[in-house]
Amino acid sequence: MSALKIKKGASSHSAYDLRDPNLEIIETHTLAVVVDNEAGVLARVIGLFAGRGYNIESLTVAEIDHKGHLSRITVVTRGTRAVIEQIKAQLGRLVPVHQVNDLTVEGPSVERELSLFKVAGTGEKRVEALRLADIFRANVVDSTLESFVFEITGTPEKIDAFADLMRPLGLTDVARTGVAALSRGG
Amino acid sequence: MVVEALKDHGVDVVFGYPGGAVLPIYDEIFLQNDIRHVTVRHEQGAVHMAEGYARSTGKPGVVLVTSGPGATNAVTGLTDALMDSIPVVVLTGQVPTFMIGTDGFQEADTVGITRPCTKHNWLVKETDKLAGTLHEAFHVATSGRPGPVLVDIPKDVQFADGLYTAPDEAIPSHYQPTVKGDPAAIEALAALMEKAQRPVFYTGGGVINSGPEASRLLRELAEKTGFPVTSTLMGLGAYPASGRNWIGMLGMHGLYEANLAMHGCDLMINVGARFDDRITGRIADFSPKSKKAHIDIDPSSINKVIHVDIPIVGDVANVLADLLAAWEARGSKLNQAGLAKWWSQIEQWKLKKCLQYNNSDKVIKPQYALERLEALTRDRDRYITTEVGQHQMWAAQYLTFEDPNRWMTSGGLGTMGYGLPASIGVQVAHPEALVINVAGEASWLMNMQEMGTAIQFRAPVKQFILNNERLGMVRQWQQLLHGERYSQSWSESLPDFAKLAEAFGCKGIRCADPKHLDEAIMEMLDYDGPVIFDCLVEKHENCYPMIPSGKPHNEMLLGDTGAEDAIGAKGAVLV
Repeated sequence: MSALKIKKGASSHSAYDLRDPNLEIIETHTLAVVVDNEAGVLARVIGLFAGRGYNIESLTVAEIDHKGHLSRITVVTRGTRAVIEQIKAQLGRLVPVHQVNDLTVEGPSVERELSLFKVAGTGEKRVEALRLADIFRANVVDSTLESFVFEITGTPEKIDAFADLMRPLGLTDVARTGVAALSRGG
Repeated sequence: MVVEALKDHGVDVVFGYPGGAVLPIYDEIFLQNDIRHVTVRHEQGAVHMAEGYARSTGKPGVVLVTSGPGATNAVTGLTDALMDSIPVVVLTGQVPTFMIGTDGFQEADTVGITRPCTKHNWLVKETDKLAGTLHEAFHVATSGRPGPVLVDIPKDVQFADGLYTAPDEAIPSHYQPTVKGDPAAIEALAALMEKAQRPVFYTGGGVINSGPEASRLLRELAEKTGFPVTSTLMGLGAYPASGRNWIGMLGMHGLYEANLAMHGCDLMINVGARFDDRITGRIADFSPKSKKAHIDIDPSSINKVIHVDIPIVGDVANVLADLLAAWEARGSKLNQAGLAKWWSQIEQWKLKKCLQYNNSDKVIKPQYALERLEALTRDRDRYITTEVGQHQMWAAQYLTFEDPNRWMTSGGLGTMGYGLPASIGVQVAHPEALVINVAGEASWLMNMQEMGTAIQFRAPVKQFILNNERLGMVRQWQQLLHGERYSQSWSESLPDFAKLAEAFGCKGIRCADPKHLDEAIMEMLDYDGPVIFDCLVEKHENCYPMIPSGKPHNEMLLGDTGAEDAIGAKGAVLV
């Protein structure tokens, strides 16, 4: 089947999307899911992804409202537009889910990830690591004569770039939190 | 406290099986007389009985089983109820809270195991939360798209004294699904209805789940518009088979006229159905020329399989009432010329007489058996359950349903062994009614132990077994697409069902001669008690019409001729 560019519902040929699913563009979306902070809620969400064959690129979870027992799950997922819509609908029908927001399409948003990088080395490499860390506004949170631990916050792309630079300079360990995201503005 | 909560939710019967981890609740059941307990023979049977009860009454069915194996045995029933959107509340015992995680005797991670096969489930670790959780369980099971829920109650929580809060004092649940459809979408659909030349109502189980008002509104809407009505397997009875707009069931084994109407329509109004793969056939060729509207209470059903032009999220009864009002407010306009042409086309399709079969005077054809059953029971207050397979499809084709909640069959999951326990659940809910389980012998054997339950609790269910000594549907598929290699699809050591009936303590009837069939069926109907009817039928009959897997609606098989090689290799992988 050819990749017909038919808008949904607007065609005299067909009332449904005829684009070849194999040619569909894979999109990356950041979803914010507010859930009751109850036992098993995370298992329910990730079980949904596993059971229906959806992707999880990154996942962060923490309680955001202690009194209301609410947690926010930020999940970065990939799929065709139809799959992303289906993921949102499936999340929305889970009983402990209060709200699902697609930060990728619902206007501008900020995304941040926190990471810790352990870089071991001496001499020139050590100086260069420190200099690059300064450029990336990474903080030194632990230091020995042979190593640093840097703390860096930013978009996943910025952290990827920092990792690429640190690798030849003696990068030995990485811990990343995954994405936390909020919509911009009021 | 558990029993009190059940009473507050109007529960009059519980299907269950006792065991170590639920003994405190069974003690409470012993000490009261308001709630009847039906003791099953296997926990799967308990859930199917609760499903039969729920589907025939519209009220949630309640199950009580023990921890470990009691809970794991209930899993098939839970999955069945989830797939068919049946409200069931399952209470399971659990080892005491301080033993959870120690691999205690009869311990299983029940909430873990049942998480994907329930709408929601809870493990109650504090007695004070027990009442609120039970109320929430009933609320979740019955609101929105109904489904099964499970409450796992550790034994120490059952023993402890706690504070009981009545349902009306409980904290209101945040789970409140949308029931009211979007007025703009409803208006848009009403506008399409005015112009439609070839409309069709494609109705499903959602009409039944929505309640009697939804069926009434569907009838009114069909009557006023004159649009043809077809239904999925799950929705039979929502629109009466005797209604003038009825064009029969659609789908893989649906009627020729119904499937061609779906294929050729220009406006498809999906009312509470979900574009299941047994309905759509090949997606790319599904009803290519139609605008599609979809009324569903579950937003995730919309655009899941088939892209629709007008999605309406809401409860069927609510939306149909608004749709009717909107269409009438716009002047009740219709495209009469187009409709007349459409109906004459449908009448032509009907002339195919797709349910015709070659009868025999020597051997009972399964279709004939069902035609006779239909003729002899049509005027009775009748409830039908089925197992899964050829007999199920024949029952859907040859029996007629005038009202909702009269037809109980496992649609989504296709659970062999569903019909016998479900028939008992129906009979418990309607003690005076005629309840017949149309079965195949292979399915029936899967839960035949429940005959003991039927006899103990005086449920005079009639087990009408179409016995072809084969897994008929499997055999049919092997014939059509696996080169007639009948791998493991027959039985060589079936029991003598009449003697089996005797062994259980009920009546057995065997019939192999079409001449004696009427008489035998009457004997079954007249007997005041459970009957196992062994109807020996033609062994190699195929079920038609049939849309082969991977084919569109307009490529149906109507009979044995041309059936060979009809399914390509691509279709063969589709089940």
